[in-house]
Amino acid sequence: MNIHEYQAKELLQKFEVATTRGRVASTLDEAEQIARELGNVDIVVKAQIHAGGRGKGTFKNGFKGGVHVLRTSAEVRDVAAKMLDQILVTHQTGPAGRKVNKVLVAESADIAREIYFAVLMDRATAAPVIVASTEGGVEIEAVAAQSPEKIIREPIDPLAGLQPYQTRKLAKQLGFESSQLKSASKLFGGLYRTFVAYDCSMVEVNPLVVTTKGDVLALDAKFNFDDNALYRHPEVAALRDVAEEDPREVEASKHGLNYIGLDGNIACLVNGAGLAMATMDIIKFYGGEPANFLDVGGGATEEQVTEAFKILIADKKVKAILVNIFGGIMKCDIIAQGIINAAKTLKLSVPLVVRLEGTNVDAGKKLLGDSGLAAIAADDLADAAQKAVKAAAGKK
Amino acid sequence: MSILVDKNTRLVVQGITGSAGAFHTRQCMDYGTNVVAGVTPGKSGQMFDGQVPVFDTVWEARRKTGCNASMVFVPAPAAADSILEAVDAGVELVVCITEGIPVMDMMRVKALMREKQSQLIGPNCPGIITPGECKIGIMPGYIHRPGNIGVISRSGTLTYEAVWQLTSRGHGQSTCIGIGGDPIGGLSHLDCVKLFNEDPATDAMILIGEIGGSAEEEAADWIRKNCKKPIAAFIAGLTAPPGRRMGHAGAIVSGGKGTAAGKIEALKAAGIAVAATPAAIADTLIARMKA
Repeated sequence: MNIHEYQAKELLQKFEVATTRGRVASTLDEAEQIARELGNVDIVVKAQIHAGGRGKGTFKNGFKGGVHVLRTSAEVRDVAAKMLDQILVTHQTGPAGRKVNKVLVAESADIAREIYFAVLMDRATAAPVIVASTEGGVEIEAVAAQSPEKIIREPIDPLAGLQPYQTRKLAKQLGFESSQLKSASKLFGGLYRTFVAYDCSMVEVNPLVVTTKGDVLALDAKFNFDDNALYRHPEVAALRDVAEEDPREVEASKHGLNYIGLDGNIACLVNGAGLAMATMDIIKFYGGEPANFLDVGGGATEEQVTEAFKILIADKKVKAILVNIFGGIMKCDIIAQGIINAAKTLKLSVPLVVRLEGTNVDAGKKLLGDSGLAAIAADDLADAAQKAVKAAAGKK
Repeated sequence: MSILVDKNTRLVVQGITGSAGAFHTRQCMDYGTNVVAGVTPGKSGQMFDGQVPVFDTVWEARRKTGCNASMVFVPAPAAADSILEAVDAGVELVVCITEGIPVMDMMRVKALMREKQSQLIGPNCPGIITPGECKIGIMPGYIHRPGNIGVISRSGTLTYEAVWQLTSRGHGQSTCIGIGGDPIGGLSHLDCVKLFNEDPATDAMILIGEIGGSAEEEAADWIRKNCKKPIAAFIAGLTAPPGRRMGHAGAIVSGGKGTAAGKIEALKAAGIAVAATPAAIADTLIARMKA
């Protein structure tokens, strides 16, 4: 799950992480009011969408740039008018772009120095680690590749947590002056507490800045949350903005299905994440392109299978459907009944290839056979993939 | 012979009275697993299906029945605590089937288990089976047959796929382990490879991995230096888009790390035969065993 920049700012402020002054606005009046409150300073107005590359993006109304630095509240109002309710296209949004419903109006920081700072869960050590660098404001992967000596790694004990001495050491390693030690340590500690409090898998601040006045601020933060822990953070789950997501994925998540939309024309319905990935791989191996990743999970019901079919069929790019089930917990007859129900209520206009194996496989095959459904039966995984690729290409 | 579980395994099921726990406990018993106890807090004194005593705590179950392995079916919010309860009671092997446990919870479990003797399989896994002797988990029993091939996998149904390919071609398995798809879990690919390498009844191995993390690369590095047994591998997720979590919390390619291509390269460098498609896993191993 992703959140907006202004939401990240609000989460950080709860843990006393210093950020620039400012708030989010949904209307021109709000934008102008916030600008007035900020007073006689440079003010930055930023379009709030999940995609990156906002600064270099262009609005469909012709206005250039989703990030602007301005001087007066009148200018802020004028720029907000060109952003709000408009469609912003960046290199990450695709040509359709994203509608801007909110803008962040904040004090523009006078930057002396930029730092990279992230807290993340390290799988290898099964503990959090802080990754930081004096080379902030740029792609950290590029820094790691070109000058690995500039990457600082500070491991954190999973039971004891981040210790104050570690924050001071980090501040020194990152070149902070003695007078800035306290504010830098406090900010690092706040970021770590935010990471733990919200069950994050990553909190990345890029850049963390030192202003010309010597203030230490988190300028922009990216959060990755552990989806498994959202149940105990309803306030985080509430930050989800479905308008920013693929509508197919939103629909799937309503029905407890694990779906990710892709660009190909062969829809897949599989049980188990590993097998679902492997099914995509084998489609590609035989020259086809998967339209999606879909794991119906171990305990899917007939209704869920029917809903899954609705989502697959609603995708106009789809030219064939491949069902690949290896029943374990999932019973093949349940899948078969779900398919039959879906075919009854929906007009199935593309070829359907079905491969069933595992628990209750004979009952499942019998149900499908008796239903009169024009499904192409496959003997094994390779056979199923080849038949689906052929069917999508319009061959028998 | 086999690894970790066999006909002498005495199983306790944590969460035995829940619907999934009860269903799969029966499946395991039907397969021949010796289920000696169940645990559900507040239900002590009940008999599960008239033959398995239910206790309030694992501590009590261990003292009364001498259970030496546990299968955890407790819902995600309480599952980490259940693992620790079994470890505290001295249960040697804990198999956690539960999916959806928060990563921070597993981080604490892993840290607290560091000084303990118990082994953990999972969470978010199908379990472990020694065909013909003991099944702890949710895998369909009938697709397996006793034999000399060890199977290690992060994925459930993809494991069944590989096992079924082996069985259909007349090759049995010594033990099959699903280690689970979460970012932080118990036994790793490497831990299992070491156990199979030491097991005289295992002559070859299948290693199934997926995108994310570096566990497959670590196993490959050790195999290159230490393992003579023939191994075939498959890595799922060659076509997965970067930055997207593919079902398993652990299956994500981030910052160019954990790609399928990188893992396949590491495996091949270790002399492991890598199957081009998931349909060719067994045939790839059989060819390697003849080579």
